[in-house]
Amino acid sequence: MTTPDAGFDCLSSLLRTRAGIELARTKTYLVESRLGPLARVHGFVNVSEFLQRLARDGIGEALATDLVEAMLNNETFFFRDIQPFDLLKERILPQLRTARAASRRIRIWSAAASTGQEPYSVAMLFAEDRESWEGWTIDIVGTDISRRAITRARSGLYSQFEVQRGLSIHRLMAHFEKAGEHWELSPEIRAKVRFQPLNLLGPWSLGAPFDIILCRNVLMYLAHACKQEVLARIHRQLSPDGRLVLGAAETVLGVSDAFVPDWQNRGLYLPAGLQPPAFARAV
Amino acid sequence: MKSCLIVDDSKVIRKVARRILEDLSFATEEAADGRDALEQCRQAMPDVILLDWNMPVMSGMEFLSVLRAEQEGKRPVVVFCTTENDMAHIRAAIDAGADEYIMKPFDRDVIEAKLAQVGAL
Ligand SMILES: C[S@@+](CC[C@H](N)C(=O)[O-])C[C@H]1O[C@@H](n2cnc3c(N)ncnc32)[C@H](O)[C@@H]1O
Repeated sequence: MTTPDAGFDCLSSLLRTRAGIELARTKTYLVESRLGPLARVHGFVNVSEFLQRLARDGIGEALATDLVEAMLNNETFFFRDIQPFDLLKERILPQLRTARAASRRIRIWSAAASTGQEPYSVAMLFAEDRESWEGWTIDIVGTDISRRAITRARSGLYSQFEVQRGLSIHRLMAHFEKAGEHWELSPEIRAKVRFQPLNLLGPWSLGAPFDIILCRNVLMYLAHACKQEVLARIHRQLSPDGRLVLGAAETVLGVSDAFVPDWQNRGLYLPAGLQPPAFARAV
Repeated sequence: MKSCLIVDDSKVIRKVARRILEDLSFATEEAADGRDALEQCRQAMPDVILLDWNMPVMSGMEFLSVLRAEQEGKRPVVVFCTTENDMAHIRAAIDAGADEYIMKPFDRDVIEAKLAQVGAL
């Protein structure tokens, strides 16, 4: 006999081992709403029975993936919180244009890209300043653990609701076309971003270090030790003079010594230990 | 406190928009068509105009062209709010002098985001 608690424990350990996600016991309402459809597909009328059965009989690979995907919060929108995008546009990208003048190459990683709005917003910044980046190679990589989200991101198709959140009408006119009920991103913007599924806690190989890493609104879901692990890995993937961008409600303080706040650019972080101490003190 | 004139022939839409805008700290007035809106603007020019497209008596587009041709009428931020949701309509509205464009249905988030876009909050 298995109990509802055993079902919940089974799910929370699955999320923890697969994605590093911590599922608080207070979040049972989330389990109910997110897994309802999947439970019905598998012939169960209620989620609790579904989970108890899984706890008893074990979970196959395909179902495990579906369960994790169903539990993820993929909420995102274009130019979310606007401030980091303003900082990129007005300060960080101009600085990089000088710092990378020799290689004329910039690499940017959106590490929890969800359905693509974040890396595509970055791509728009480059498209809107075309002359400045003439002759440059701009690599923008968007990754996410959710294959479903990555498939949607690649499609470049967004609903009316999605394009109205965060995009000005001028950006909609500049970068989208209406495609039936949806809005389709221009081939120019789509071509600027490469998407691939990637678990921040799994093995990965992404090549050369990035100049900017956006890791926004994902650490907040992870267990403390997993946050530390992800930040340590991200540190290894960031250039010494690169910048880490976290979500508006996130910080490295109290989590990791690998990064220090970039006091000149609120919400941005610098790799620790690589800046002369005077730099940190100067501001 | 900023003022917003809500121009829509649907009483229900005006009521919903009014609730959202008042929640965003706007003083609101309502008009049921373009002519009514024009008269109100000539009395007291609002800071923001939320404007429907299809209305009896005078459409949103007609209203906007007349408004923008008047000296005082260049000042308010005009946000179209309409069921017309294709690029041709959007371009026409922006060309006629609209600052932003909302495709119905809308909710608080959309109105807030769009007003923030044009610095009208
Ligand atoms: C709330 S969204 C944030 C999207 C975007 N960065 C933003 O701020 O708008 C969080 C994303 O993190 C992804 N995610 C959760 N755990 C992950 C992990 N272990 N590895 C990679 N992505 C993960 C989810 O699939 C989801 O798409």
